[in-house]
Amino acid sequence: MITVEHLTKYYGRIPAVDDISFDVPKGEILGFLGPNGAGKTTTMRILTGYMPPTNGRATVAGHDVFKESLEARRHIGYLPETVPLYPEMTPKAYLNFMGKIRGLDGKTRRARIDDVAEKCKIGDVLNRLIGKLSKGYRQRVGLAQALLADPEVLILDEPTVGLDPRQIVETRQVIRNLAGDHTVILSTHILPEVSVTCQRVIIINRGKVAAIDTPENLQRRMRGSDSLEIEVRGPAEAIHAAIQAIPQVISVSGRGNGSESHLFAVDCEAGSDIREHIASTVVQRGWGLRSLKPASISLEEVFVQLVTAEPGT
Amino acid sequence: MIRNILAVAEREVRSYFVSPVAWVVTAFMICIWGFLFGIIIPQSRQADLRPVLNNVSVTFLFAAPLLTMRLIAEEARSGTLELMLTQPLREVELVIGKYLGSVVFLVFMLVMTFYFPFLLQIFGSPDRGPMVGGYLGVLLQGMAFLSIGLMASSLTQNQIIAAAVTLVILLLLFLLDSLSRQFTGIVGQVAQYMSITRRFEDMPRGVIDTKDVVFFLTVVLACLFITTQIVSARRWR
Repeated sequence: MITVEHLTKYYGRIPAVDDISFDVPKGEILGFLGPNGAGKTTTMRILTGYMPPTNGRATVAGHDVFKESLEARRHIGYLPETVPLYPEMTPKAYLNFMGKIRGLDGKTRRARIDDVAEKCKIGDVLNRLIGKLSKGYRQRVGLAQALLADPEVLILDEPTVGLDPRQIVETRQVIRNLAGDHTVILSTHILPEVSVTCQRVIIINRGKVAAIDTPENLQRRMRGSDSLEIEVRGPAEAIHAAIQAIPQVISVSGRGNGSESHLFAVDCEAGSDIREHIASTVVQRGWGLRSLKPASISLEEVFVQLVTAEPGT
Repeated sequence: MIRNILAVAEREVRSYFVSPVAWVVTAFMICIWGFLFGIIIPQSRQADLRPVLNNVSVTFLFAAPLLTMRLIAEEARSGTLELMLTQPLREVELVIGKYLGSVVFLVFMLVMTFYFPFLLQIFGSPDRGPMVGGYLGVLLQGMAFLSIGLMASSLTQNQIIAAAVTLVILLLLFLLDSLSRQFTGIVGQVAQYMSITRRFEDMPRGVIDTKDVVFFLTVVLACLFITTQIVSARRWR
């Protein structure tokens, strides 16, 4: 549905986007992850036809975004990072206007407005001035605009920024429900969001692609060793020593203390499953085994690792 | 095409009618025009709108920048221009639509002065021709001013700069008229030809010269064309 080939964009002499290539099949939700200034917004602006690439090409729904810009735009719903709106209009008037531009006739417009108002939960504020709405509501009006014409492709630049936790959960649900019927690219700083909403993730840093994979694969790739987390009630130092004594254990570190128990992170050789061994060791020494679980490296750590790695490693 | 233009125009007109600047400008203008009417007519004791309309066109030199300054500058500043340019909407549709919106508002302002001819009709017997010609002249001249303002608005994100640029251009055109009287020969003739006020003089006399109409429409078309190019140029950066 979306193809990007060797896309490059220079602002003066600085490459904001440097030879990026990727494909997004129909129905997939792809996440753009990257620090500020990585090139996420620029890539999205190129895809939506707002600016031309310096090199390379991109197509959306089979149309070149530069040569057939108008045609490509018909298939795209876009929510820019700044969520631009007309403050002197009401959401209803605004959506009506956008619907007209999209070529929807009166009856379809009314139906679509009701539909997106329900999906984005802006039904209550349809007749209030946009300038008077809270950030959360404005964000949702912007999202409603992107969804209005039921476009095949949705490009959402930081769609949950500024929302409160409940609204974030609701919005992510809305986005997840779009998979299959719609192809979505969404960019975010909020790392957990990517593993929760996206099927694949692109990590972009300094204009280049650092990694493309599913969140699970990325986490797995980053884990050089297996780790466990264990919570035990008992004397901290003795527990520490006992676990360290187990042959396959590489290192043990205290991770904090509960009221009566201690938390440890245990690194062991990759592939060795020492859960039962640790459990029996702890119990035989008479300590209370509170919990034992595999620790997964969070996507945060993947991100930080990939993005701060020395170039070339 | 037409549908998009009308959609943009409708949005712009609605926006004008909730815009404090537009209302303040209109209020001031109606006040000033009313004063002018109230002073000029009793003094001349003639049922002739010409002197009034002459002055109306001068005040519009100042109203046009204020009415057009936000047309594109504000959209560039607030980011809605990015939104518009990523819709299936052609730049030319956006530009013409916005222009049309401003012209509708101009018509609204002029309609507010229709009590002038109405009063004249009651108390005298004015010539219809010159009155119609006069209003037509004001309308065309106003349309030209608005198109210049639209063009200036597309050059910047700052409304004040847009208004200032428009004002300077309009004042220069206005001065061109006095200048044209100073210079004889080619310079004088060219200046006279381009003088936006000179073009206007004939119409309140009831003389609708095609030359004049063509002049104003050319200004409008040229400005709309240039504005469309400027807006499209954003895409090419």
